[in-house]
Amino acid sequence: MLEGTTRSADEVVALIPPNLVECTVEKVAVNAVMAGCRPEYLPVVLTAVEAICSDEFNMHGVLATTMSVGPVLVVNGPIAASIGMNSGINVLGHGNRANSTIGRAVQLVIRNIGGGAPGGIDRATLGHVGKQGFCFAEDEDASPWNSLSEERGFDRTQSTVTAFCGEGPSLVIDQLSRSPESLTRSLAASLRTTISPRVVTGMDAMLVISPEHMARYRDAGWDRTRFLAELDEHLMFDTDEIIVGADGIEDGLPPGLAGHRLPKFRPGGLLVVHAGGSAGLFSAIIGGWLNGPAGSDPVTREITP
Amino acid sequence: MSNHQSTRTTVLDPTAEQRPAKRERTARPESLAGLTVGLLDISKPRGDVFLDRVEERLTALGAKVARYAKPTFTKPAPVDLRHEIAIQCDAVIEALAD
Repeated sequence: MLEGTTRSADEVVALIPPNLVECTVEKVAVNAVMAGCRPEYLPVVLTAVEAICSDEFNMHGVLATTMSVGPVLVVNGPIAASIGMNSGINVLGHGNRANSTIGRAVQLVIRNIGGGAPGGIDRATLGHVGKQGFCFAEDEDASPWNSLSEERGFDRTQSTVTAFCGEGPSLVIDQLSRSPESLTRSLAASLRTTISPRVVTGMDAMLVISPEHMARYRDAGWDRTRFLAELDEHLMFDTDEIIVGADGIEDGLPPGLAGHRLPKFRPGGLLVVHAGGSAGLFSAIIGGWLNGPAGSDPVTREITP
Repeated sequence: MSNHQSTRTTVLDPTAEQRPAKRERTARPESLAGLTVGLLDISKPRGDVFLDRVEERLTALGAKVARYAKPTFTKPAPVDLRHEIAIQCDAVIEALAD
């Protein structure tokens, strides 16, 4: 396994929460073996561990929360193809060794080295199956848009992993929209309910657009910027409609926020990725957790050998 | 194969290979009268409602109450805050609420 990296076995990768244990490359490698990784996956695992153990990602909080979230890892760049990652059919599911084991190795590092076991510091009320490990690659080659990692400041020659704190994916079905305007409204309608229809600005999300949905935008010449701008218009909320007590629901925004208009997501709070099989008019939403300094921010790191 | 080669298997430990230090619990006080009890609000909604009531009850028992709050419930209490509570209080109650 250690032959998969040029880093020395005793190099410290990160302090692993919750116990803040110094973790070496060798310890990560041991867990990668247990997860079923091949040696060439190790650089991705090491970078992912570094990403989730950053202050910005706040793995301790992600672990300890009662919400159903865990690290969602998106791989971009040349390494995805070179290690055989899946960005196509069943991309968010099982059946690909790299996708299945990289995320698993990262979770084992948290559990075995950091001491973050369910029922201990992991207090998730429900959890989700992606906490076994959740890792996939973006389909960059077939996308008309810049990739997630390009959007986050890297170029296509660089391999990166982006760690996002997310729940399980939720399918969005729209099999009839043939215009980008219609599909955008449709996606927005589902995005408005992410986490809860009454949660605005405080939580991020990831939208995984499948190739057939993306074709609506390619055909119309919409780029990512145009898409996000149009989407934003449909993601505004009149706070009076989601205030505590509105529609007989006791949950909602505090009364002091009445009379405002707020966006569903903070600026940059919706991460958009292109992936999935070439047939099927579906996309997927992966809801997030509290964002910003009081929660978790997405973190992208370059993967080095 | 006529020669028997001895093989050695090295088993690597996937854990941190650490064990928690065992410490004796602080003896339970017989009375709270005159003692300082720290109430740590982890900053979840309505945690203060719970702690306000606990403070009333503790004060009625003759305890002094010191209130503290974490900056955010999503991260561990800062070391300085934990130290402050440890040196200022005889006991502490932490509230998780929604």
